[in-house]
Amino acid sequence: MSRLKIGIDVGGTNTDAVVVDEDGQVIASTKSATTLDPSDGIAKALSEVIAGVDKSKITQAMLGTTHPANAIIQRRNLQTVGVLRLAAPSSLAIRPGAAWPKDLHASVIGPSAIVGGGYEYDGREIAPLEEKAIREFAQKCKGKVSAIAVSCAFAPANYDQELRAGVILAEELGADFPVSLSHQVGQIGLLERENATILNASLFGVAEGVVNGFHNALKGHGLKVDSFLTQNDGTLMTAEEAIRLPILTVGSGPTNSMRGACALAKLSDALVIDVGGTSADCGILVDGFPRESAAAIEVGGVRTNFRMPDLISIGLGGGTIVRQDGNGVKCGPDSVGYKVITEALINGGSTLTLSDISTKGGRLSGFGDASKLSGVSDEVVKQALAWVDEQIQNLSDRMKASRSTMPLIAVGGGSHLIPKKIAGIAEVITPNHHAVANAFGAAIAEASGTVDRVYRYAEQGRDACLDEARRLATEAAVRAGADAKQVRITAVIEVPMSYLPGQGCRVQVKAAGPLAS
Amino acid sequence: MRVLTLDDLDDMVLGATLLGTGGGGDPYIARLMVRQAMEDFGTVKIVTPSELDPDGLVLTVAVIGAPTVISEKVPAGPEFIGVVNALATYLGKKPVAIMPIEVGGMNTLIPLAVAAELGLPVIDADSMRRAFPQIEMTVFTLAGIPCSPMSVADEKGNLMVFETTDNQMAEKLARSAVMQLGLANGISCYSMSVRQVAESGIQGSMTYCVELGKRLMAVQRGESGAFDEFLKFAEAKIYFSGKIIDLDRRTTDGFAKGTVVIEHMTDPNRTMHIEIQNELLIATEDGKPIITTPDLICILDYENAQPITTETLAYGQRVNVIGLPCAPEWHQPGMLDLVGPKAFGYDIPYVKMGGTK
Repeated sequence: MSRLKIGIDVGGTNTDAVVVDEDGQVIASTKSATTLDPSDGIAKALSEVIAGVDKSKITQAMLGTTHPANAIIQRRNLQTVGVLRLAAPSSLAIRPGAAWPKDLHASVIGPSAIVGGGYEYDGREIAPLEEKAIREFAQKCKGKVSAIAVSCAFAPANYDQELRAGVILAEELGADFPVSLSHQVGQIGLLERENATILNASLFGVAEGVVNGFHNALKGHGLKVDSFLTQNDGTLMTAEEAIRLPILTVGSGPTNSMRGACALAKLSDALVIDVGGTSADCGILVDGFPRESAAAIEVGGVRTNFRMPDLISIGLGGGTIVRQDGNGVKCGPDSVGYKVITEALINGGSTLTLSDISTKGGRLSGFGDASKLSGVSDEVVKQALAWVDEQIQNLSDRMKASRSTMPLIAVGGGSHLIPKKIAGIAEVITPNHHAVANAFGAAIAEASGTVDRVYRYAEQGRDACLDEARRLATEAAVRAGADAKQVRITAVIEVPMSYLPGQGCRVQVKAAGPLAS
Repeated sequence: MRVLTLDDLDDMVLGATLLGTGGGGDPYIARLMVRQAMEDFGTVKIVTPSELDPDGLVLTVAVIGAPTVISEKVPAGPEFIGVVNALATYLGKKPVAIMPIEVGGMNTLIPLAVAAELGLPVIDADSMRRAFPQIEMTVFTLAGIPCSPMSVADEKGNLMVFETTDNQMAEKLARSAVMQLGLANGISCYSMSVRQVAESGIQGSMTYCVELGKRLMAVQRGESGAFDEFLKFAEAKIYFSGKIIDLDRRTTDGFAKGTVVIEHMTDPNRTMHIEIQNELLIATEDGKPIITTPDLICILDYENAQPITTETLAYGQRVNVIGLPCAPEWHQPGMLDLVGPKAFGYDIPYVKMGGTK
């Protein structure tokens, strides 16, 4: 019996859903507007997409959502968090929440304490865990916070103290009291990891709402399936894990779109341009995963150490407004956005948009009424399309890593704007079902595991250290649900530690594989 | 005298990142420390040597260790106050000012946090005006000023004061101490009089760093003419614009080494090789040296003009390679033996860039 998977992606504008079979073929797809309460949109998309499908064959459902990200950006429904750092006497020079935007600090950060604990780079304790101080802190938090975030110096390498602190907090505040431990959240960089852990704890309520909405929608259709959410890196976590680690979903949108585009086009190395109503985002896929940015990533104005897809965005989309400007034309940067379905000339509106230009220029058909464009001159069309072509050319040049040519995958509702010929691009591919690439990316996502720690090659040798990191990442991927027979290492990054003689090296390894059935 | 404001701090961080010439540690953590110190203890004054008693004692302070470790084991404060007080006690004299050793990277800002807490001014001078990996690589070594007595401390209260026969030995002893002390430590050394700072130090380093950062900030905001103004102020030049096509990192003998290869943006036959040892040290084209230590090599993001540190270099980045002349105080006998290409094991000649300020 062929098994089916559902992928749903809740974006800022649209909620997309697909049903995919074991060979990666799209059986059904739908696209509808995102609703104020995303659960409504999820339920609607789900009922539409499974309408003609044999429900008994569906075994897994994957959800990608920007809801936690928007909650942070809009400061909505965030909970107050107590912040406990295990690192004293180190780190006292910088208090928790330093450099947070004032409004976010005020609405999220409750009592905080830096207590004795933490580890040195070589595994020794900075100080024994100060258990009494943790119990006092727990009492101080009682009734004042909804969750507690715990961070610890060098927790990515050794998290015994974080686990112990979690046990003590449970003893003081009850086993159900929500606690977020930093080693589950982030990588090396104490302050950035602590920030991410605080944000994570503030999102527990939001995450529960999203996951419950997802589960209720599935149950409402009698679907008894395994449910997963997609993470920033394009891999999966179980819905239960997502309730504890919502912060790991904040960058999943672009990742799903790029991975979906790639898989639809059956390529693993390509440029991807996602053209929406307002903007075009360009990224690059290497071995099936987006190339990640090297710079620190801010979430809602807070510095974190997440790695996100390296994207360049420009103001070019189907809704971009085109104006006469003397003898020339000026495109954007403003856009009618999703209102293109009513505002564009072809749809009976009164605004000249790039969708109108694309229709008159022969790039777009079947969207609105082309006869409404009689007032638009060929010269305006020519100039506007020349602007579009130049923008797309620059975008692909900026993102490409080398001079050699590579394919470009065009996805999204505005992808008709992308010209067929671009210098340095082998071919432009617009795959079938490209409009639901996000949901497809969620449906095909794999389980993964990562390791990020400091090794000293001088002691064990480089090969032994790398072998251990690969083994730990593989084990973590299997724990996350990957099929042990199909797990592979997808990334090994070694960054030697500067100013440290003795071959100290930060090693990051990621393993991923398809879900075990 | 100028009072340092939080706005200056942003400019200084950017200037310090640039002067870190790819290394020197991310000044972000140090900036947060200075902010907290200014909140808790008040603002900091930057003074010139002429505003102080020529016989007054000046003490330096810096963080020593590994930036990756410092990002996990964040500074506490007492390790820096501790080394300064310990050295003052050892010398039997109270300091009149604090001085940075290294205006470049995070050590540009650490002295500000210490000065705020001790209520002392920071003297507008240093001994490198860029980042270098070793304690003896200073204009003070060229002037014959000893590095020791020096003090090293951790955040727990472990503290030592020691003397050495030369500045090279001081580097070796300090480095082995910090391996034991957790690689995120305070150090104070090169104690001297205000007169010696005026005679032998690099003058105006802190102000230079702020002014440099201010001009680069204008470039990042996209102000018209800002890039030319920035280059003019720094007496700098864009030597190469291209894309990183190869990045080789090695951890062979001791310090991290590497090479980054950049292909020219418009002429694929041209490539630039940049040699890395903690900082960016040598830039060559077709084997010909173009920019050489102690002059500064800075890799800026082509789009947003942000200096890229060696740890965040990545394949595919589009960059401008900028050369800045080192502080003119470096140009004196002994410079090349101490900090020229051969001092780092490269058998190539130094190419003088000039520079007047």
